[in-house]
Amino acid sequence: MRKTELLGMILAGGQGSRLKALTKTVAKPAVPFGGKYRIIDFPLSNCANSGIEKVGVLTQYKPLELHNYLGSGSSWDLDRTGGGVFILPPYAREKGADWYRGTADAIYQNLNFIDLADPDYVLILSGDHIYTMDYSWMLKAHKDNNADVTIGVFEVSWEEAPRFGIMVTDKETGRITEFQEKPKEPKSNLASMGIYIFSKPFLKKYLEEDGVNENSTHDFGNDLIPKMLADNARMFSYAFDGYWKDVGTIESLWQANMDLLQDQPPFDLKGDMKIYSSNPSLPPHFIGPNASVKSSMINEGAKIEGDVDKSVIFQGVKVGPDAKVTNSVILPSAVVEKGAVVNYAIIAQDAVIKAGAKVEGKPGEIFVVPEGAIVNA
Amino acid sequence: MKQVVGIINLQEGNSLIRELAATRAVEALPFAGRYRLVDFAISNMVNSGISTVGLMLPDFSRAVLDHIRSGKDWDLARRRDGLTYLPAALPDNDSRKGDLKDIYANLDFAELSGKQYVLLTNASYIYNIDFKDVVEFHKKSNADITMVYSKATTDRDGKSVVIETSTNGIVTDLAEVPAIKAGQKDVMGAYLMPVPTFAYIVRTTYERGGQDFLLDGLIRHAHEFKISAYKHQGYVAHINSTMEYYEANRDCLKPEVWEELFMNNDRPIFTKVKDEVPVQYKDTANVKNSLVANGCEIRGTVENSIIFRGVTVAKGAVVKDSILMQRCDVQEGARVENIITDKNVIITKNRWLKGAENYPYIVTKNARI
Repeated sequence: MRKTELLGMILAGGQGSRLKALTKTVAKPAVPFGGKYRIIDFPLSNCANSGIEKVGVLTQYKPLELHNYLGSGSSWDLDRTGGGVFILPPYAREKGADWYRGTADAIYQNLNFIDLADPDYVLILSGDHIYTMDYSWMLKAHKDNNADVTIGVFEVSWEEAPRFGIMVTDKETGRITEFQEKPKEPKSNLASMGIYIFSKPFLKKYLEEDGVNENSTHDFGNDLIPKMLADNARMFSYAFDGYWKDVGTIESLWQANMDLLQDQPPFDLKGDMKIYSSNPSLPPHFIGPNASVKSSMINEGAKIEGDVDKSVIFQGVKVGPDAKVTNSVILPSAVVEKGAVVNYAIIAQDAVIKAGAKVEGKPGEIFVVPEGAIVNA
Repeated sequence: MKQVVGIINLQEGNSLIRELAATRAVEALPFAGRYRLVDFAISNMVNSGISTVGLMLPDFSRAVLDHIRSGKDWDLARRRDGLTYLPAALPDNDSRKGDLKDIYANLDFAELSGKQYVLLTNASYIYNIDFKDVVEFHKKSNADITMVYSKATTDRDGKSVVIETSTNGIVTDLAEVPAIKAGQKDVMGAYLMPVPTFAYIVRTTYERGGQDFLLDGLIRHAHEFKISAYKHQGYVAHINSTMEYYEANRDCLKPEVWEELFMNNDRPIFTKVKDEVPVQYKDTANVKNSLVANGCEIRGTVENSIIFRGVTVAKGAVVKDSILMQRCDVQEGARVENIITDKNVIITKNRWLKGAENYPYIVTKNARI
């Protein structure tokens, strides 16, 4: 394999149990978002847009749909000669097999892949965040700082800070002095975005130590980062000031979808960095003679004959005459029949809301209709 | 369908649609919000299981080449078989007009393909078909050549090929007419025949001074062959004039046509993938009976219209009975009716523009009004 400078590794094995019904059949990174995308499109497109030609995707939980979606990587222009997307599920060895026991263990078990790709630096990403970012600037900061580790951080409100892994940094240099995992009394409001650049030999050394440590939970946040800090490694923060959203819960996933609908959205998918995704071959959507569509995003192949307001409509969705869809997210090929009402809800793939039926949640309690479910009046 | 090689003839010049086709081949005309005419011809072949496809390039081929590239979006970028471009023959000493010299120059493609049959189609007809049925029909009918036709539903201007058939479906007459009447059998430019028959017709006709595959080749040789006719039952449009182009686009606003052409799970129409964002409708949008392609941002009123990728319609703007191609910008308070705008047209603030119901006004590429 040709040598590569920066190797991307996307942790895509998580179940995303807080997304409940939406991850019953698919891994979290394969959950649909924003009318046509899946969550993993964001880190993958970011890699493609940052000039990263080799990306490992570590899968574990219900990987079929994710593997199928990734295919050859051509959707992200990552079907490259001597590079591209590499799907890395757990595998058996001479003496038994292990699941990925944690984020660090997933990378540890694929050290042979990292050695083969032979990068100078390794970029580790999560498959559950919505943002666009050019990682090449982060790499430049990493080199300028002569760092061992650079961690992407994002300023959150002080009230929210206890929910995150918090980085306490030296204001002038950005050097990380302390790490607090979900602290009750945060000393800083810089949250870790789960984006790490490691110099490769440094990472390898720590992974090899951690891999054989029976007391470790094999997690970057829990084990490796604190160990590196204790060893006084050169660890720097890299501040990101764009839109960044963890979509690990139903509420946050819903909110991130709603964020796309404002007149001037805080996160514009039409921005400078294109988000690539697998495009089904469907025609422009059809808006019927008696339909009404406002403050919404609608994808190809949808057929809208009723009212849609403040909603995100995926490909192939049908909204029948006199149906009302508001404040909701309707995933691919779901059907909202004649006269049905959907409000504050997420309707998963292929679900059917029968004629006259009502699906109503409220702010803070988004109603979820699982994949393929049928809701009768 | 492994035994069929497909050839799509993009060499059919068309004088009646010059306004939109001045800078591109007719076959590269944008259609139904995100397609180009040629997408139907290629998708029909691919969906029928034909994986060896030759594309006879038109004189202005840049738009076609840029659209199709490796053929990947049609699943034709293959290690074996796949897409082959068949370039136009060099004029040399041969100043003959017509498509026959190009077919003759590229005859090797069909003959060396190792396939049994040639399916020759063009890209000025819009329909969604499974050619497997045509091949089966051809084998059963024991004919030398099979033509695909549909019954014209209205009188139309523009050159068309019509046939008459006997009760057993065998073609008894074949002619090119300047206009077609309702009820006539309109050949949709699709011909299936064994490779040797195809090569025989092309060679003997070209070497005797022929110019046009259809007129000099098929029609003059018709008496030598048993020709059967396969009736296509579904929707067909022939893009032969600006009016037909306008009508065919508006036909896609009929849900049954939209479903038949585009929503068949087994036979999707493929096109170049552009990774556009889903359409963003803002608070002031008011859209009725329209097709809107991804990448658009709509704040104004849109009715009975086809809106291509990346169009913006500003607050207070009104678009009615119109076709707006890629990246048009209709600014605040502007109003357009019965208009076709080519790509990148800007209708500036408060301008009004109206064509006639039966004759849409055409705004050329990159114009600023």
